[in-house]
Amino acid sequence: MNKNIIKFNGKVKFIFWVLLIAFIVAAPALLPVFRLNLLGRYLSLAIVALGVDLIWGFTGLLSLGQGIFFTLGGYCVAMYLQLNSSSEFPNNIPEFFALYGVKDLPIFWAPFKSPLFTLFAIWLIPAVVAGILGFLVFRNRIKGVYFSILTQASLLVFFNFFNGQQKLINGTNGLKTDVTQLFGQLVGSELIQRYIFWITAFLVITAWFFSKWLIKGRFGNILIGIRDDEPRVRFTGYNPVIFKTIIFSISGALAGISGALYTVQSGIVSPQFMTVPFSIEMVIWVAVGGRGTLLGAILGAVFINYAKSLVSEALPASWMFIQGSLFILVVTTLPEGILGWLYSEGPRNLLQKFGFIRKIKTYPSLELNKSSEG
Amino acid sequence: MELLLDSLFNGVAIGSVLLIAALGLAIVFGLMGVINLAHGELMMLGAYTTYVTQLIFKLPTLKPFYNWYVIISIFLAFIVSGVVGIILEKTIIRKLYGSPLETLLATWGVSLILQQFVRSIPLSYGTGLIVSLLIGLLLPLFFSKKIKESIKFKYYKLASWSFAVLVGILSAELISSLISKLGRASARNVDVTAPAWMRGQIEILGNTFPKTRLMIIIITLISVIAIICFLNQSAWGIRIRAVTQNRQMSDCLGISTEKVDVITFGIGSGLAGVAGVAVSLLGSVGPNVGGNYIVGCFMVVVLGGVGNLLGTIFASFGIGIMTDLIGAGRILNIWPNMPLPLSNIINFFATTSMARVMIFALIVVFLQFKPSGLFPQKGRMVES
Repeated sequence: MNKNIIKFNGKVKFIFWVLLIAFIVAAPALLPVFRLNLLGRYLSLAIVALGVDLIWGFTGLLSLGQGIFFTLGGYCVAMYLQLNSSSEFPNNIPEFFALYGVKDLPIFWAPFKSPLFTLFAIWLIPAVVAGILGFLVFRNRIKGVYFSILTQASLLVFFNFFNGQQKLINGTNGLKTDVTQLFGQLVGSELIQRYIFWITAFLVITAWFFSKWLIKGRFGNILIGIRDDEPRVRFTGYNPVIFKTIIFSISGALAGISGALYTVQSGIVSPQFMTVPFSIEMVIWVAVGGRGTLLGAILGAVFINYAKSLVSEALPASWMFIQGSLFILVVTTLPEGILGWLYSEGPRNLLQKFGFIRKIKTYPSLELNKSSEG
Repeated sequence: MELLLDSLFNGVAIGSVLLIAALGLAIVFGLMGVINLAHGELMMLGAYTTYVTQLIFKLPTLKPFYNWYVIISIFLAFIVSGVVGIILEKTIIRKLYGSPLETLLATWGVSLILQQFVRSIPLSYGTGLIVSLLIGLLLPLFFSKKIKESIKFKYYKLASWSFAVLVGILSAELISSLISKLGRASARNVDVTAPAWMRGQIEILGNTFPKTRLMIIIITLISVIAIICFLNQSAWGIRIRAVTQNRQMSDCLGISTEKVDVITFGIGSGLAGVAGVAVSLLGSVGPNVGGNYIVGCFMVVVLGGVGNLLGTIFASFGIGIMTDLIGAGRILNIWPNMPLPLSNIINFFATTSMARVMIFALIVVFLQFKPSGLFPQKGRMVES
């Protein structure tokens, strides 16, 4: 892929970053509370989209089960917040337990009393779950469509499990976070939400750079190799299982962080995050933005979700049609996504078609790149 | 003994729904390597077809035949879902041949559209649309060879399609004027009531079984036998099997793989429609009815492998019987004085939803030993 067509020099990049940071810092003042909350949520979804891009765009693994890791991260943070603000309830345990007559805290809740543990659990638990699941599947060279439907089945299994366990994690009602307390403030309050927005924006940028760093070196090359021709990678002496497991658990970790941020901003985590449509939607954000471009994943997640909320406010019934056609259109006519199209020969081909620029007879790299001739 | 029989019957009943639902999916997956995520929605179309047929047969002129509407709706559902499947193949899936993951996403898009279609468009218009599609697709088959080869063929085609659209609109108007229920869009679930002879219980060997369950088992049995006969005896069936085994080679030997793809996809989708009829007898019919069954179908396909229909059959009955054994806690009945920790675990999983969790875990364990299912496709390719 020739990425030279859109190339920014250092100055433009610097101005872009200054503007971006200025916007992020000023956003709470500029946007109304409701819109700010939405933007924060969509930015946190961008992190899970980055994970999807890493495994799908770069490694060729289409996971339809990212919702598992997303929700696990959400539950981790929700459990900590619930415990943190349960001192006034009977037995010092979260309020909902009383509904089911539970007196003692289930064992696995105990470590979540510690904020430090929670900070690690948010990304470590999803990463470990993804690692185990991935290893068991990849070890047997299960891939392609099989992998996709297995992840979807496991998503449904986790959904069933979380949905059914009232006594352990409040089942289908989920755990509320907006009425819990953090540093003596309600999590749903404007002040805390503002800080969470900034944290989210910071983490999106961090995750972006992390992913960029990840795919730049040899590790990234092997991932792309696995995507394009896995047997060849294996015959060259690499073990694809390890690389696939690592990247899958990294994407799980990203999903967990994303889920935690999303939970504190939407005020509740529930098994609804593990429904099948939500996890497939994550793929379409990446597909529309441009698979294998990273930036496309972020933009896709934010803009599609914004479009979704705008369309759903205006015409509730039509979003499903739009989303359905988006799936079909992107896959059939624009497989590289919007950003991928911009990076590749897309705009040039379009301009050529209408006769705005000279037609190229051989390859762009031969005719346009004057430096290579000299 | 009685317990075993009961468990067996329940397991077979669950398994036969799974089997009829997964059959079409497995055939298509075996042939094209494509998972059709819209399969559940094709089932939903079949279920709605049953509902529409039921209402049509309640009209005074057709009332005497009301008892047999289920039988007729099986054929209608096959046709409706089959037509939608063929259109799907011809417009979308054909373009994506060779990229199964993209197909997966595109069919998910189709499933979203179908769901919303049922919610926001009156069923009578849906029926009209199906009628016009059916006529438009079938009419060119009756043209004589002379017309087909003539230069004006596209005008004939245009004429036949406009005729089809006209008939479709007329039938939609007719249905919505006759049955006002179908003239309104509604997202609510609807109910299919079985005719009198299918209600109630039947007694076999001292046990009572619901008749609808028995009916579903019979439908499944007939469909499976028909499919096996078709695949083994008819010319097209043999071509389908050839393409399943080796696409390039069959293409070289003069089999039109395009036609095989269309036919297989049509049959697979048609079977989804038949499954929809079975599903409509079990509970209420709504836009989400397909989603409840689709993951079970995936499990069957993963467990059964794609090499052989037997795999699908074994897998679905296996899953069905296991679901019953675990979900209803029957293992405890068979082995009452189990040690306490084990029986606690069994009790923990003794609900339908937790049984699914257990079965998934078992399938993942199974795949550690046989990664490509019970009956894998044999070959010497690196990829397989």
